[in-house]
Amino acid sequence: MNEALEITKKGPKPRPLSPHLQIYKWQLTSLMSIGHRASGIALSLGSILIVTWLVTLASGPELFSIASLVISHWFGQFILFGFSVVLFYHLLNGIRHLSWDIGYGFNLSIVYKTGYAVLFTALFLTIVTWLTVWFF
Amino acid sequence: MASPLKNAKGLGSAKHGLNHWITQRVTAVALVPLTIWFVSILAMMKDSSYQSSLNLVSNPFNATILILLILSMFWHAQLGLQVVFEDYISNKNTRMFCIITMKFFMTVIGLLSALSVLRIAL
Repeated sequence: MNEALEITKKGPKPRPLSPHLQIYKWQLTSLMSIGHRASGIALSLGSILIVTWLVTLASGPELFSIASLVISHWFGQFILFGFSVVLFYHLLNGIRHLSWDIGYGFNLSIVYKTGYAVLFTALFLTIVTWLTVWFF
Repeated sequence: MASPLKNAKGLGSAKHGLNHWITQRVTAVALVPLTIWFVSILAMMKDSSYQSSLNLVSNPFNATILILLILSMFWHAQLGLQVVFEDYISNKNTRMFCIITMKFFMTVIGLLSALSVLRIAL
């Protein structure tokens, strides 16, 4: 009875909270999961690069040359390089997610194997892409 | 509370979640070949000059695939960003404002890109 009165006065006792993020050990699985979201956000912002390329191209040579100047600066190239790394990561890890969605690859050892495969393939494709840009 | 109060207050599921989930995956599947194609033709361009870029985009096959890429990409991006906002913004009004602003912005830049491709290709 007394307890019931207290609840009506103060509201229910606060429920126990689950441990917060910093309590957990960093693992490949959780890092790649948050990395997928982070890379998705980065790519959304990076889409402005593609928009700028197309809009300046449609607007004429003057605007296009300004955009070219900006992107050929070392910082522009750095951004473009970062964009390609993030793009390959999100693309490959996205394929990993799609395979989970249809029910394959849930075994923990396979989750780790595909995780490393995504990281190494993303690195490999980035290198191949930039070698093609520079030497082809 | 087992009463229809939540219905009256307009809380609970809007029953659009499954469509969101499926569209996110279907656009993802479409984006796999489109992205590989886009990165490949960009990487294999002879140079990045105005004329080369113009030639690339005005090819009807390239233009078609570019527009498909733009549509799938911005559709996929706005679905993903919506979930990010829903997860991290607890205030209902702020959340709604951010999501709508983001969707307006994505619509504008998506349309801008697609119209630019059309202007070059047509």
